[in-house]
Amino acid sequence: MKTPAIAAAAPLLALAALPLLLHSDFWLHFAIMTLYLALLGQAWNLLGGYGGQRSFGHAAFFGTGAYAAALLQLDFAINPWACMVLAGGFGAGAGALVGALSFRYGLRGSYFALVTLAFAEVFRIVADSVPFTGAGVGLQIALKESVADFQFPEKSGFYAVILALTAIATALAWWIENSRFGAALVAVRENEDAARALGIDVDRTKLWAITLSGALSGCAGSFYVQYFLYLDPRIAYGVEVSVTALLVPLIGGVGTVLGPLVGALALRALNEASSALTGGAPGLNLVLYGALLIVILALLPDGLISLGTRLRRAGRLRALGRA
Amino acid sequence: MLDFDILLPAILNGLSTGAVYALVALGLTLIYGVLHIVNFAHGSLLMLALYGVYFLYTLLGVDPFAALPVVVPAMFALGYALQRTVIATASHGREENILLVTLGLSIIIDNLALYLWSADTRTINPSYGFSTVDFGIAFIAVPKVVSFAGALVATGLLWLLIRRSDLGKAIRALARERRGAELVGVDVDHVYAMSFGIGIACVGAAACLLLPSYYVHPGVGESFVVIAFTVVVLGGMGSFAGALLGGFIIGVTESLGGLLLGENLGRIGVFAIFIAILLLRPTGLFGQRA
Amino acid sequence: MLEVAGVGKRFGGLTAVEDASLHVREGEIAALIGPNGAGKTTLFGIVAGFVAADRGSVRFAGEEILGLKPHVLARRGLVRTFQLVEPFAGLSVRENIAVGCQLRQPRRAAALAEAAAVAGRVGMSELIDRPVSALTIAGLKRLELARALATQPRLLLLDEVMAGLNPAEIAEMVPLIRAIREAGVTLLLTEHVMQAVISLAERVYVLNDGRIIAEGPPARIVADERVVEAYLGHGAAGRWPRRLGEGGAHA
Repeated sequence: MKTPAIAAAAPLLALAALPLLLHSDFWLHFAIMTLYLALLGQAWNLLGGYGGQRSFGHAAFFGTGAYAAALLQLDFAINPWACMVLAGGFGAGAGALVGALSFRYGLRGSYFALVTLAFAEVFRIVADSVPFTGAGVGLQIALKESVADFQFPEKSGFYAVILALTAIATALAWWIENSRFGAALVAVRENEDAARALGIDVDRTKLWAITLSGALSGCAGSFYVQYFLYLDPRIAYGVEVSVTALLVPLIGGVGTVLGPLVGALALRALNEASSALTGGAPGLNLVLYGALLIVILALLPDGLISLGTRLRRAGRLRALGRA
Repeated sequence: MLDFDILLPAILNGLSTGAVYALVALGLTLIYGVLHIVNFAHGSLLMLALYGVYFLYTLLGVDPFAALPVVVPAMFALGYALQRTVIATASHGREENILLVTLGLSIIIDNLALYLWSADTRTINPSYGFSTVDFGIAFIAVPKVVSFAGALVATGLLWLLIRRSDLGKAIRALARERRGAELVGVDVDHVYAMSFGIGIACVGAAACLLLPSYYVHPGVGESFVVIAFTVVVLGGMGSFAGALLGGFIIGVTESLGGLLLGENLGRIGVFAIFIAILLLRPTGLFGQRA
Repeated sequence: MLEVAGVGKRFGGLTAVEDASLHVREGEIAALIGPNGAGKTTLFGIVAGFVAADRGSVRFAGEEILGLKPHVLARRGLVRTFQLVEPFAGLSVRENIAVGCQLRQPRRAAALAEAAAVAGRVGMSELIDRPVSALTIAGLKRLELARALATQPRLLLLDEVMAGLNPAEIAEMVPLIRAIREAGVTLLLTEHVMQAVISLAERVYVLNDGRIIAEGPPARIVADERVVEAYLGHGAAGRWPRRLGEGGAHA
């Protein structure tokens, strides 16, 4: 327990000091969005990467958290910080609901992917139709630049919050890799019957994973609301969030602790590069997402993080060849 | 409140849309039955075909129904090529990756359309657009009647192709057992691509039948993909009769839902059916495998 | 330790298990044999909680367990292996075994360490850090055994743990299983390899058409006319004992 904590402390401190070095808002925004993507990706990774339950509808959890955060502060005047915690709870609830229904009836693979997508769409249509979500017009959070209201005059404040959230998510992934729960979750991914035979409660394990994943997604949703101060059904429950959540770990490396971080960095950099090249034409960055997804699946099915191992192996082979 | 005069045309219109849904779903169920993959790009390819029909009409003056002999082979060729090149290569044959590859394809197609043709909703107005046929009990628009008949004919032709031709025999053999089909000399990669091509050709036919009474914008595929999945899941993955019946059920549900709850909320009925079927009877009405 | 009474199971119109009763005493090795399709695997599935029985009773350590889920039974100490091996395909041998260890060992590091000890018990020490994909059939069969052992079972159900092994590999497996019993685990095994049954089991049940048709020590069972006829058809009784002497004969 001690060694990894020390090993993690150094990069965390370095990241925490980053705003001191980055004086431009552009780069700070870049860092914030990268960490936000990493949080969303890690949320998906806990369920899809370690648990093998690949959701196509993480927007259902993200959006529920986002709407919870927005509505609780707008309609119930709850402090936005408390809203973030509650958003995590609502996200967890949405996850538990979808999980309880789909796992109880044994949905796996394509069926699970489709049912999560359908839930996200149902939530989107509901949010688009009922009055209290502001329907298609969306919700606007009033600008109140004070730390007590989870709004910072400087971007560095948001940076600190998203860094903390992402650090927690990353620590969770590390815990998964080193705990009994994680071993059970991976066993479920690899072979449900064998896991059952060895005493693992398969349904409960999956349910915990989707609840945890939903909680993190909900927190990401509340962060989005505080950072952009606006929410509508398409942002909350649209396909883009669901796709981003799965794309980040797939690019970086599914079922690894650092994969979502690597994937988020790559995706954000690609996003910036593409909007710089195309002048922000609508749709083109998503075209790139799609192409990237296919290229990664074709060439690097284990993600960018496997590039390191591959290069090392190639180097060793070359060294062997010379010897 | 709701009398028969409103309900009946809604049901007939629903049946007409349902026939086209069935055709789209047949393509999906064929691809699923043979390749055991859920083609996520199905709706996007439909959207692409709708644009094809739209531009044939606006630029060259080709009537949508007359465009069938052009659009159907073109979509077949596109489907064949996609399976042979992109899907087979990128997925390395892993089922969970095929789903992701087709998801990637759908993202590319949808957003390329958005970039090229903007988000505007486009419709066409053929001369017969507002003509109606009097069925005694209700008046139904001519395009709806033609598309209903066309979808049934296309379904019948597809059934003949699968049941009666040599290619159909190979497809069915492959659907049942890959190893066995390989042993008797079926060119697996070719037949996979043919199945995918035929599935996409169905989408091409549906686009021609749909456009005169429908509209097209880059997001249209997204809504269709869930509808088509619902139809397939409702009917049972891989079942022809199920897809047809499922298409009618969903078409009518959507039409009545729109009438009773408004167009937006009305679509919830479709999703509710989808989720309920997935949860309660994932084999569908006619499906065999769990 | 295990009492199965009047268990029946039908799949559609097909009767898999008709009316099966058997018992296993604490500390013994019992075997369940029978021709293909006799219902052995279904009966195993019922006892281990994987298949729901239509009727009957299964008692383990004095308590009714019919209807309990597999993971509950595993926690109580009743664990099965699979005839068609079911490894955690993407993991190493150590990680596979550690999943079993985690049933009683909450700490991950300790479980991984214990896994090495369990691997030693089934002769897999050298393979401990190999990926499962690198194992042979014999290796996968041992892994099944190791994972089940790692849960520290009281009763171990071994489903055809010899199937697919060559005579040399079978000869290595027999003492492994005997050693498991010496360590205090009760065993019930289904087996096709008669040589193994004869040298391992103290009592043998013969299942045919979903019913137990004979029970007794192996020597008596192989001489039982009903048993031989169940396997080889009517009038085959005379040839049967001779084939047994050839070693490695498959029933």
